[in-house]
Amino acid sequence: MALRGNLRDFTVTQLLNLINLAHKTGTLVIEGPNETAKIAFREGKLSYTQIGQEDNHLATILHRSNRLTAGQLRAIQLRASHLSDKELGLLLINSGYIAQNDILNALQAYCSDVVRRLFTWVEGIFRFENEMLPPDDRITVRLDLENLIIEGARQLREWEQLQDEIPSLDMALKFIERPGTSMQKMNLSVEEWRVVSYINPRNTIQQIATATKMSDLEIRRIVYGLLQAGLVEVIRQDNAPVIERPRPQPANNQNREEQKSLVNRLITRIRSI
Amino acid sequence: MQTVKMVVTGPFSAGKTQFIRSVSEIDVVATERKITSASERTVKQATTVAMDFGRITVDEDLVLYLFGTPGQKRFDFMWEILSEGMLGFIVMIDSTRPETFREGRSILETFRAYAPTPYVVAANKQDAPDAWDIEDMRNALRLSPQVKLLPCVATQKTTVKNVLLELLYSILAGLDSTEK
Ligand SMILES: Nc1nc2c(ncn2[C@@H]2O[C@H](COP(=O)(O)OP(=O)(O)OP(=O)(O)O)[C@@H](O)[C@H]2O)c(=O)[nH]1
Ligand SMILES: [Mg+2]
Repeated sequence: MALRGNLRDFTVTQLLNLINLAHKTGTLVIEGPNETAKIAFREGKLSYTQIGQEDNHLATILHRSNRLTAGQLRAIQLRASHLSDKELGLLLINSGYIAQNDILNALQAYCSDVVRRLFTWVEGIFRFENEMLPPDDRITVRLDLENLIIEGARQLREWEQLQDEIPSLDMALKFIERPGTSMQKMNLSVEEWRVVSYINPRNTIQQIATATKMSDLEIRRIVYGLLQAGLVEVIRQDNAPVIERPRPQPANNQNREEQKSLVNRLITRIRSI
Repeated sequence: MQTVKMVVTGPFSAGKTQFIRSVSEIDVVATERKITSASERTVKQATTVAMDFGRITVDEDLVLYLFGTPGQKRFDFMWEILSEGMLGFIVMIDSTRPETFREGRSILETFRAYAPTPYVVAANKQDAPDAWDIEDMRNALRLSPQVKLLPCVATQKTTVKNVLLELLYSILAGLDSTEK
């Protein structure tokens, strides 16, 4: 059950990746040195954020995104404080003052911004609460995590960590076939597109770096982002996962039938333990 | 008389010694020492310093040896020696200590580079309340779907047997698939 640990071992980007891959629903609680952030997800999509004591009410967010004036905000806070966010949202839409899309865009921008701020957190402990959901009266969004994951990876400046993540450049990459993910929807940078255009099981990362004239650091950073976003995966140079085509080392010069018989004897013996 | 070996590796305190102890017919020749570093001592009292060594006799002509690598980084010069000629290897990961996942993955990569033999990953200490879920671990360790990641409780013989059997099945499948 437990998905808990320390930010020193898992970056926020990696956590988003875990949540995205497992289509998790619940709230990621991160206790930083100064404040606590709660990031809620529904089926692997970002739905709601709360950071520290920051006011994240709809009116405040609309004001911050210049959709409400300071005067309007004050009026709402004075006279409509009994309204929930959902009620206020409906009121604003029904009165023709603001379109539903504008509200959603403002909320999405706010949630993305909170996550971006978390990318700078390096100290803290995290846990994922399956049962914790956003308050009922709040408006939630549905935001794909891939773009945020790519952005987070862009911010990951630690060379050592990248080196750790991509130990060798003598590996090739291939696209992961996953229904529902479309390259076109991604906000890839020009550099990222250049790398993407070279991805092919026959090109090693090193060759892509040479072709795109990128340094080790630059290519690692981009490849790491693409890996984290689940767009590509590393393939071995022999083009096959090890499990599928292993070349067992014979203990001596036995032929294959003898080896198989030996493994079968081991299996029988272990079953009997 | 023929001997074959498998290597049990993984980060410090993952449960390698315990794993071998659960199935070995001899007392594991563990070369354990009291831990001197304070930070490591908070995790456990004794650590393997050279290697663990367990034995399973199959019949009068065949013996399986299980070698456990020392978990601490300063002994990794032993790894390559231990991995020579192995039939396959097992990477043990402590499911309750996500701070070791990164190292676990790097150990896995290192052993893969030594020899292209089959391997499985054991998510150990699944009995502990704060153990991570298997699927979360697969994602965190970035294991592709075809890599076997098996729940394990090294103190329970049944799960240890299962890990060994799954590794043997992979070895067998490997022999079948290269057959031409
Ligand atoms: N709850 C639980 N504890 C376990 C399990 N396996 C091992 N342990 C405990 O975890 C600790 C470490 O186990 P060891 O077998 O010594 O680990 P190791 O990998 O050999 O450690 P080093 O040789 O120091 O690297 C011991 O206290 C074990 O009793 C398990 O499956 N469940
Ligand atoms: Mg040990």
